[in-house]
Amino acid sequence: MWLSRPFNERSTRLFLLILVLAVTLVTILHLALPPENPLYVSGYTVGLLGKYLCYALLAVAVDLVWGYLGILSLGHGAFFALGGYAMGMYLMRQIGDRGTYGDPVLPDFMVFLNWESLPWYWHGFDMAWFAFLMVLLAPGALALVFGYLAFRSRVTGVYLSIITQAMTFALMLAFFRNEMGFGGNNGLTDFYDILGFDLRSGATRLGLFIASGVALALGYVLCRAIVASKLGRVCVASRDAEARTRFLGYRVERVQLFVFVVSAMLAGVAGALYVPQVGIINPSEFEPLFSIEIVVWVALGGRATLYGAVIGAILVNYAKTVFTGVMPDAWLFALGGLFVVSTVLLPKGIAGVLAYRRKQRNESDTTEVPA
Amino acid sequence: MNLWQSMARRDRVFEFLAPAISPVDVRHGPILYMEDVTVSFDGFRAIDNLNLTIDDGELRCIIGPNGAGKTTMMDIITGKTRPDTGDVWFGSRHDLLTMNEPEIASLGIGRKFQKPTVFEALTVFENLELAMTADKRVIPTLTARLTGDVRDRIEEVLTMIQLADQQAQPAGILSHGQKQWLEIGMLLMQRPRLLLVDEPVAGMTEQEMERTAELLTSLAGKQSVVVVEHDMGFVRSIARTVTVLHQGSVLAEGSMDQVQSDPRVIEVYLGESEEAA
Ligand SMILES: Nc1ncnc2c1ncn2[C@@H]1O[C@H](COP(=O)(O)OP(=O)(O)OP(=O)(O)O)[C@@H](O)[C@H]1O
Ligand SMILES: [Mg+2]
Repeated sequence: MWLSRPFNERSTRLFLLILVLAVTLVTILHLALPPENPLYVSGYTVGLLGKYLCYALLAVAVDLVWGYLGILSLGHGAFFALGGYAMGMYLMRQIGDRGTYGDPVLPDFMVFLNWESLPWYWHGFDMAWFAFLMVLLAPGALALVFGYLAFRSRVTGVYLSIITQAMTFALMLAFFRNEMGFGGNNGLTDFYDILGFDLRSGATRLGLFIASGVALALGYVLCRAIVASKLGRVCVASRDAEARTRFLGYRVERVQLFVFVVSAMLAGVAGALYVPQVGIINPSEFEPLFSIEIVVWVALGGRATLYGAVIGAILVNYAKTVFTGVMPDAWLFALGGLFVVSTVLLPKGIAGVLAYRRKQRNESDTTEVPA
Repeated sequence: MNLWQSMARRDRVFEFLAPAISPVDVRHGPILYMEDVTVSFDGFRAIDNLNLTIDDGELRCIIGPNGAGKTTMMDIITGKTRPDTGDVWFGSRHDLLTMNEPEIASLGIGRKFQKPTVFEALTVFENLELAMTADKRVIPTLTARLTGDVRDRIEEVLTMIQLADQQAQPAGILSHGQKQWLEIGMLLMQRPRLLLVDEPVAGMTEQEMERTAELLTSLAGKQSVVVVEHDMGFVRSIARTVTVLHQGSVLAEGSMDQVQSDPRVIEVYLGESEEAA
């Protein structure tokens, strides 16, 4: 089975082991220790770590298309945000009549805008299964239409990157408008519960953190399965010599479309798990700058390794948390600096350094073997 | 690749999906038959009343000065260029002029271009794997497994192109000559009946040339091979029959010695070297 292939890889097993250990450790430290204990992990930290895991999944999705297909998407924030909005709509509908205006169906912002009834596209989001399906389908559909048009006309490289930026920017402007029916610049917020669990409770937070870990693990395995398949080799082939790949009979534009849609769906899942943990989704997630930041995480972690993307996302966001606490205004400069330093000093990212050290160790091992 | 390049591309998408095309019939004659073929570009006759036949299993060398029409001839056979007049048949059953590039390729005509392009980031083995005839749609490619048959075929080709020891290495670190062999190997994965090879030894060392000669001669018999080459030493080392092309038509044909002593050939080549001098 192609999906089980990653479990034969040492690197994937190691990745999953570390992920499971980390999630378990955080869970134990959170549940078993009293708050006075210096090793205690607070509910706030659990939420923060859950957020990092969502970012890590998003970075894996970007690495899949950038690292292996060579498509530098500067618009993956849009897919992340769409998944987030789908989840946000579900959470809004869960509020029911507990909102400020007490309307049993209409979310507060619609009452505020004097809307009489629910717009058609809000129907069905009171049902979890439907909303969760939309988490996949909304970003997937956007990626399908966008990718179909772009890849069919063989738009690649810088041009594609620019259009993806334009796409996310246009969506940001659209979602800012109140008439769109997504809460305008306030977005969707003031959620109560998810699947009947209170979002304010520590147990729910922990559950969401664990769910993010599981989603990252599954997303990682799915991407590895694609990458380790013959299709993955076709991806690399088309990244490096597109015309040659077509000449061998592969429909490169279809391969690109398929992988792009899968990646967008993963980004959507990441966004959907992110929203209940931060408690809000608003148009700022569509900001072009955010999509560029994601690319920086991947570049820093190391392209075309997948685990590098995870390392990069977690490290940069940890740094961001620390940095914005100390010097909020300087973060963008720090990020820019980080990017420059990494491209100059670590062209293959942190993953490249790890691979190099492993190789050196192997070589010194083999030299010890008597010839 | 930038937008302009991608918009200006001339090669088309190839599909080897339909194995249903009937096999080549060579019972009653040659595998390739070209008669009175003419192509003009803006009034200039690049191919002018060309007649050429290649027998099944033959190894044929085509030589000729720059601009003689050698590459254009290959373009016609592979369907990239349509002749103005003439006939081109593959075996006695397939009229190549009624087929498009992918159809011709799936009939079993493989072509090696002058510049080698292998997938540098993939291993030698993987390069051959991708070149294998298979269902190349997205989902079948995703779920494809490396069956014993595929593995056997890849190993067979690896031995033929003498890259068995390098099979796990990325193609990017191969020497120029090895890349050329790998590319020939990628063609062989599709089990072609006719191989068209354009200037295979350009830029090769003496030793690499020798091994290329071995490879091409070993291929002949099982498949027909047409080699276009400028290097006379190389042509001499592999040729049984040589065809000299000049201004779009056949000037002479025969063994290397016959051709080299032909006064018209001498004139063409001398004329050329006098111009160059
Ligand atoms: N698409 C085209 N449009 C116009 N002229 C062309 C085209 N293709 C080839 N020609 C011309 O036709 C002639 C034959 O070209 P061709 O490339 O077949 O020569 P060749 O024998 O392969 O030469 P070389 O040894 O330099 O590779 C040349 O004069 C070339 O300029
Ligand atoms: Mg030529």
